[in-house]
Amino acid sequence: MSKAVGLEKAKVVIREDECKGCNLCIEACPEDVLFEQKYLNRMGYHPAGYVGEGCSGCGYCFYQCPEPGAITVYKKGYVGEEVA
Amino acid sequence: MAEKVLTKAASFYDVYERKSGAQDVTHYCPGCGHGVLHKLIAEAIDDFGIRDQTIFISPVGCSVFAYYYFRVGNIQVAHGRAPAVATGIKRTHPESIVISYQGDGDLAAIGGNNILQAANRGEKITVFFINNAIYGMTGGQMAPTTLIGQRTTTTPRGRTAANEGFPLKMCELISTLESPIYVERVALTDPKNTSKVRRAVRKALRNQIENKGFSFVEVLSACPSGWKMTSVQAKQWMVDNLLPQFPLGVFKDVSKELEPSERSKVVFSTENMNELLNIPSEENIRTDVPKPLTKFQNPRIILAGFGGQGILMLGLGLAQAGMQAGYHVSWIPSYGPEMRGGTANCHVILSEERIGSPTVSKPTVLVAMNLPSLEKFESQVEPGGLIIYDSSLINQSPKRKDVKVLGIPATEMADNLGNTRIANMIVLGAYIAITGIMPKDVVVDALPIFIKHKKLIPLNVQAIEKGMAFVDKNNGHA
Ligand SMILES: Cc1ncc(C[n+]2csc(CCOP(=O)(O)OP(=O)(O)O)c2C)c(N)n1
Ligand code: SF4
Ligand code: SF4
Ligand code: SF4
Repeated sequence: MSKAVGLEKAKVVIREDECKGCNLCIEACPEDVLFEQKYLNRMGYHPAGYVGEGCSGCGYCFYQCPEPGAITVYKKGYVGEEVA
Repeated sequence: MAEKVLTKAASFYDVYERKSGAQDVTHYCPGCGHGVLHKLIAEAIDDFGIRDQTIFISPVGCSVFAYYYFRVGNIQVAHGRAPAVATGIKRTHPESIVISYQGDGDLAAIGGNNILQAANRGEKITVFFINNAIYGMTGGQMAPTTLIGQRTTTTPRGRTAANEGFPLKMCELISTLESPIYVERVALTDPKNTSKVRRAVRKALRNQIENKGFSFVEVLSACPSGWKMTSVQAKQWMVDNLLPQFPLGVFKDVSKELEPSERSKVVFSTENMNELLNIPSEENIRTDVPKPLTKFQNPRIILAGFGGQGILMLGLGLAQAGMQAGYHVSWIPSYGPEMRGGTANCHVILSEERIGSPTVSKPTVLVAMNLPSLEKFESQVEPGGLIIYDSSLINQSPKRKDVKVLGIPATEMADNLGNTRIANMIVLGAYIAITGIMPKDVVVDALPIFIKHKKLIPLNVQAIEKGMAFVDKNNGHA
């Protein structure tokens, strides 16, 4: 039985269409890897973005974000499809 | 279980079909604390596997639409009444997990008494109380929890203790009661405090799953729109202003010492309700009662007199007996503010059809036991109707010529029987005799149901017979 290999590094995925640009995730991120995009999304907010590297998978952003579906955090060792 | 992924909980709908506009985002403002608390609740529902049991009560306030989002049983209720509705649901469905979710306007203002009573009864529900120190939905008016000095649309110069009193502290209040088992205040500020909110949410739900008792979690929460600041500023404002005034922590927790206990389930079966309301079972309802003359069928009756004359009891007796006789019946009392010495009246309907409204505005029968009652109601009687009056207390006869009138000296007759308070039963006897609405034995059978002192029953029977005999003798010239 082969053991599935999990994600090597944690990562965060932001659904820009569901983001209301409140910046609370950005404020909360201890690794400082989130930022505000220059462009506007369909609701007219500057969505949050991930620099693409350095996420520790702490989940702080997820629990600060008021939108149920805007943020997904995949921790190190996660096995499976991307949810988003 | 250490989850390897943090994402939208399964206890949220994938698509918010009840919502208009975008159906993948909530209606909440950017940075609103409601969304975060929703997430923590949905996650706990997932983790505890209670989605099929959970009934979520949405209040009035910004979270009025919580039912758009939670994939559980949902009810939206009137302002401040979530604890009362939760009580009803939990008592009739003790196996369900009932969540009362309320804002500070909802819970601490209009619903202030509701929550205190539910807490004091120890309802086995979970209350999540969003305290954002303002009325969010209606545009930022002062809430009971608004801070001293805080500017709102209704305190434009800031709340003052002299004008508006001090902020209401619900955890402090509720934790003084005996029944609640868990009362904690938490705050959606930084990640550390948010993890305490998460823990409190889970504990409050677990208490209910373990059948323990009333759990109350107050969640300090940002309302950037109401406070007129950015989401990030709002978080800082909470730390600087809300936390010093609303100390965080556990105010009460006896959940560990408690054994789970069941409340007896209330079963609203027809049999139970009939028993409670003294409604005779089908087989005890008479089907052989002959119909009265057309003009006396389906009477709508006003019975009126002094408080203390037994008017309400007379109406009740008539309705109870009517029910045994197979009629649909209603009885509705109208208490004067004065009660004794003032007038008392009640409305009774006996009907072969179902009754729409129990109030009687145009009576076909008036029973007047004193002069003010006769004067008040005489003109309302339908032409062709019937007026029965106590001629021992009313020394003028009714003026109406288009109705049937019977004067009976009921109080004197009762006095002769040794008890003036039995005049009501004399009148009852007269009424059934004059109309033939039901035979004496039906009334006699009903007496034990509405007369508490059993030894008074023979006297009541005697009084009914006297009333009937009076009619037999005098009806010709009534
Ligand atoms: C019986 C009744 N009275 C008043 C209102 C108007 N009203 C709607 S929401 C609200 C205040 C809600 O404030 P809160 O409970 O603090 O919730 P928030 O919107 O801040 O989440 C009021 C007064 C109403 N809908 N119904
Ligand atoms: S999970 Fe933690 S480290 Fe990763 S983006 Fe979110 S807050 Fe930053
Ligand atoms: S917290 Fe959520 S809504 Fe706010 S900016 Fe970040 S992703 Fe967007
Ligand atoms: S008004 Fe305040 S409480 Fe209401 S949704 Fe907006 S931020 Fe939230």
